[in-house]
Amino acid sequence: MMNERTFGQIQSRRRFLDQTACGLGGIALWQLMADEAQANPHFLPRAKNIIFLFMPGAPSQLDLLDPKPAMKKYHSQPVPAHMLEGLDDALIRGSAHVFASPRTFRQYGQSGMAYSDYIPHLGKIADDICLVRSMHTDVSNHTPGQLLMNCGQQIFGHPSMGSWVTYGLGSENQNLPGFIVMTSNSGSGIDAGTANWSNGFLPSEYRGVTFRASADPVLHLRNPKGVSAATQRARLDALGDLNRIRQAKTGDPEIASRIAAYEMAYRMQSAAPELLDFSGESKATRELYGLDNDTTKAFGTNCLLARRMVERGVRFVQLYHSTWDDHSNLNQQLKTNCDMTDRGAAALVLDLKQRGLLGETLVVWGGEFGRTPMNEVRRGNTPGKEGRDHHPYAFSMWLAGGGIRPGQIVGETDELGYHVTRDPIHVHDLQATLLHCLGIDHEQLTFRHQGRDFRLTDVGGTVVKKLLT
Amino acid sequence: MHLTHKENDNSGMGSQGRHTGSFNCAICALALMTVYVSVESSGTEPYWAFAPPKRPTPPLISQSAWPRNDIDRFVLKRIEDAGLRPSPEADRRTLLRRLHFDLTGLPPLLTEIVAFEADIKNNPDTAYEKLIDRLLASPHLGEKWARWWMDLAHYGDSDGYLTDQIRPVAWRWRQWVVEAFNRNLPFDQFTIEQLAGDLLPNASTQQRIATGFLRNTLSNREGGADIEEFRVLQVKDRTSTFGTVWLGLTVACAQCHDHKYDPVSQNDFYQLYAFFNNADELNINAPLPGEAEEFVSAKKEYDKKRRELLAPVANELAVLQKQWETKLLDTETNPGRDHHWDRELELLGLVWGSRLGDGQLEGLNIVYKPRTKRTSIESDRLQDYFLGSGSRIDEKKFQDLKVSELVQQLDKLEKALPPVTRAPTMVQHHEYRPTHLHIRGNFRQKGDEVHPGAPAVLHALKPTGSPNRLALARWAVSPDNPITARVTVNHLWQELFGQGLVTTPDDFGLRGTPPSHPKLLNWLAIEFVRRNWDMKAMLKLMVTSATYRQGSMQESNDLENILLTRYARQRLSAELIRDNTLAVSGLLNRKIGGPSVRPPQPESVIKEAFEAEWAVSEGADQYRRGLYTFIQRSAPFGQMVTFDFPENNQPCTRRVRSNTPLQSLTLLNGPIFFEAAQALAPRVLREGGRTIHKRLDHAFHLCLSRAPQPAERYRLAEYLEAQTAIFNDDPEAAKAMTGETAEDRSLAQRAAWVGVASVLLNLDEFITKQ
Repeated sequence: MMNERTFGQIQSRRRFLDQTACGLGGIALWQLMADEAQANPHFLPRAKNIIFLFMPGAPSQLDLLDPKPAMKKYHSQPVPAHMLEGLDDALIRGSAHVFASPRTFRQYGQSGMAYSDYIPHLGKIADDICLVRSMHTDVSNHTPGQLLMNCGQQIFGHPSMGSWVTYGLGSENQNLPGFIVMTSNSGSGIDAGTANWSNGFLPSEYRGVTFRASADPVLHLRNPKGVSAATQRARLDALGDLNRIRQAKTGDPEIASRIAAYEMAYRMQSAAPELLDFSGESKATRELYGLDNDTTKAFGTNCLLARRMVERGVRFVQLYHSTWDDHSNLNQQLKTNCDMTDRGAAALVLDLKQRGLLGETLVVWGGEFGRTPMNEVRRGNTPGKEGRDHHPYAFSMWLAGGGIRPGQIVGETDELGYHVTRDPIHVHDLQATLLHCLGIDHEQLTFRHQGRDFRLTDVGGTVVKKLLT
Repeated sequence: MHLTHKENDNSGMGSQGRHTGSFNCAICALALMTVYVSVESSGTEPYWAFAPPKRPTPPLISQSAWPRNDIDRFVLKRIEDAGLRPSPEADRRTLLRRLHFDLTGLPPLLTEIVAFEADIKNNPDTAYEKLIDRLLASPHLGEKWARWWMDLAHYGDSDGYLTDQIRPVAWRWRQWVVEAFNRNLPFDQFTIEQLAGDLLPNASTQQRIATGFLRNTLSNREGGADIEEFRVLQVKDRTSTFGTVWLGLTVACAQCHDHKYDPVSQNDFYQLYAFFNNADELNINAPLPGEAEEFVSAKKEYDKKRRELLAPVANELAVLQKQWETKLLDTETNPGRDHHWDRELELLGLVWGSRLGDGQLEGLNIVYKPRTKRTSIESDRLQDYFLGSGSRIDEKKFQDLKVSELVQQLDKLEKALPPVTRAPTMVQHHEYRPTHLHIRGNFRQKGDEVHPGAPAVLHALKPTGSPNRLALARWAVSPDNPITARVTVNHLWQELFGQGLVTTPDDFGLRGTPPSHPKLLNWLAIEFVRRNWDMKAMLKLMVTSATYRQGSMQESNDLENILLTRYARQRLSAELIRDNTLAVSGLLNRKIGGPSVRPPQPESVIKEAFEAEWAVSEGADQYRRGLYTFIQRSAPFGQMVTFDFPENNQPCTRRVRSNTPLQSLTLLNGPIFFEAAQALAPRVLREGGRTIHKRLDHAFHLCLSRAPQPAERYRLAEYLEAQTAIFNDDPEAAKAMTGETAEDRSLAQRAAWVGVASVLLNLDEFITKQ
């Protein structure tokens, strides 16, 4: 246990740094944050960066990653009663019938993991990933579910994982934000919106910065019309000089910090386009990510950008591809999303591996919960147009790279995929494990807010040793 | 470094040697601060925040010429004890500007600067006070201070959650707040009307609108949600908001278990919860000026025609509706039997009135009510809903009775009614809804019944009538209350000085920071009650103090300014940065009140929300104050978020002031900020005289309320010359820079001035209150 005084001092010092930007001796918070990247984590990190491929809406694990041949025997029948015992959930209706997956599965790699025909590219990295079939969560609505997965709480106002990580570790790149978010979609936005990458009660330096694969990748990155590079530089020089005159007069270190922020903004203006400039990427790389194909281009571009970001020291990259909320017409809609994302996700892992970056980068794929083994009847029951409802009790995710033991399946579900039967992993356990890979003790990374020390994993979370190398 | 939590782990505190210098400074600052913060630590006395404040005598001090009022005696005592001195008074232009931002949120106009200067010259003794009185009477004061209160109330123009539907009449409550500040409604009445205006005898429409405070709670209209679950969440939000705003306590911590640190038991939480558990959401007709008369007369005609239309099938419909209501109530008791009816119930319960911002459960609450107790408005509304959406009860009968045609006719009739603007309010549930403790916070696991009551550690709640919200509100502002006045004056202090006397305004409990000036806090709290909760009087008291009038130069070692040895420079809030920029460039639309507006913003921001739309406002509505910008909870306005607009889904008691490159990019390149530079430049050229010297003078006065220093003048003149030459060689760039199409000899010069304007609008001083 830490004694009260030391703890109080650290808390105050933190607040002091965050609020005054600690311009002492002209060192700006941003520089400080970047410099701190080398500061010792709690213990030896296995990974430096995380790329989280988040799939809002909840992809159907039963049609992708967790085959259940036994379902055929219950198809179109009510769920066996023993499986509904003790359930207290608004969304699991007793009147729904089992819907056996129409997908075919085949085994890949030496590990022999089985994937559905919708995600053939994942097969190429079967021996590089760790497949988790025993995820479970506390809630079956999108917004609270997404918040729980990303921020560790079902309610708004808490910092996201990327914010916690950059708050804890800083960034290694002084020209780009440390936590970057990119989105692509198949028709709809993200349920919990920007709250998914919110800084919550942490200072806004740690908010995820949304980045787009467009001419204006960061909000207001481009100069206004008429402002050439030279004019911009001249504006900044005059601004810097006037700010320095003011600082000399007031002695306020915050002004030094502001000058530094403007200079980083200027550097970001060239660093971001450089990041987006794929001219140095080989033809093979373009093909790998599917950049020249209209279907795979959007997500593939984000995946390639993610690789380029971690190459440049960006700490936490999160990709959102929405939405996977297939209440009906699952066959068609799931295919659409898989066609858009399967190639890019696999390419990312392959590419990181061939560049020797997979060891220091942790890649995670998954949504906020799973989908029911039953057909959803609320939205109609037309054959061929079936869908699945939200399912919090069991779902699948995969992880690859930094610190994760590859080529293994962790966890099991029952013959319907309704409940976890072995090695249950709660969302907080996953979060604890991801932080662990970065060298962070999830119980030690806390922030005082409203009279309490909050952390990403709330009051739960156990590092899942089985997942680790 | 944020990771160094472990005992004896100093690795982040500079042991690696690279930052030794600065880290040592930081450690010094901490050491100083630890000395400064006095902790009241007597083991026998009750915890300070729960003990009634005693009026302390302002202490004796040696520098007796410095104080301007009693505040200063408390402040100076601490400064002298530490062997330090207060800062010299700020110059009068700085003070003028500071007061303008603090009281109205707008920079002084040139005419106001001139008038103040003249007044200082002629009436040096009274000019400062006169200025304060003028600003306190400004209708813009309400706009500035409403924003503070909106942070606490967590105001938004949409529901939140997945569907995040708009709430088109949420602004009615905001308007009420602006007006309440402007008419200086005393804080006790301000409290009573917002918590329980509907329960006041002969409650006026305005008093009912005030209860819109409680309507800033989020609504979940997502399909598949459990009705009671989300009602409970709403009640919990209202309870914890009340605790945060009026008690400065984190009562929400006690919803699952007794509070870990503060003497708030789980029972205490549910006693407070019981007050709000009996409040229902209801939107009412709240006509704006000019709407009522026409509506009332037309309504008579409407009622008559409605009866006529329905008469032939009235009996049969009544029977059907009764069956429908019974079926819904049965479905609620026995969910899961028939998913169609589950859905019907969900639609009535949660989706009712969405996009109109109607209260959740309004429809279901009517169904709960015995017919005899329903008002005619309630009966009509439920009947309308039933006719439009109730056909599942008997599809054939609905066809036979030609209900869909009837609905069309009724719609037509209703459309002919003159519009009347509605407002979100709260009302008491039609019967007492008992409250049970939720075991481990789970509403499905009911513990013992709990009756409305106050936390045991605070003063007793002794209602004269029934223990309802009105009793709670009166309890909160009773003179016996030891905590509410302290919490509130601390908020006012924080708004002015940048940090409160208690730096954890949301937590006056044991885990919060103890007050830096406990006696001053007590004195202010007692003064507040003694002055009948007069908020403007308290503001005046604070801004007339010598403490407030100090300069902001950072000279002493009091780095965190705990001792108040200077006035702390503070970056302006997101809204005020916008207001200030629009004001000095001449673009600002100073209209007060009305619905929220949607200024232009990049498409990409709004796309981050789920199916959100952003219908850009037209014309002058694009240039309203930041206060009026529409708050779509799932994708708040981009510029505001960049400048630390809070996650407004729970009370924000203290805004963060960060400093990031995204802010720099926004001010340099963001369309509205560049447009402001394009508008400011011609204004300077038009009004500022003919020489560069005079023009720079003018530009500085507009933006910073002061003349440039020689070094600043020299630097900008140099910039102008270089830029003019560049734009002379590039007329196309000059056109783009100015936004002008006509080319003439002075275009390059005008373009260079846009650059100057932009530099001024980006200055740290421009976006800082100092």
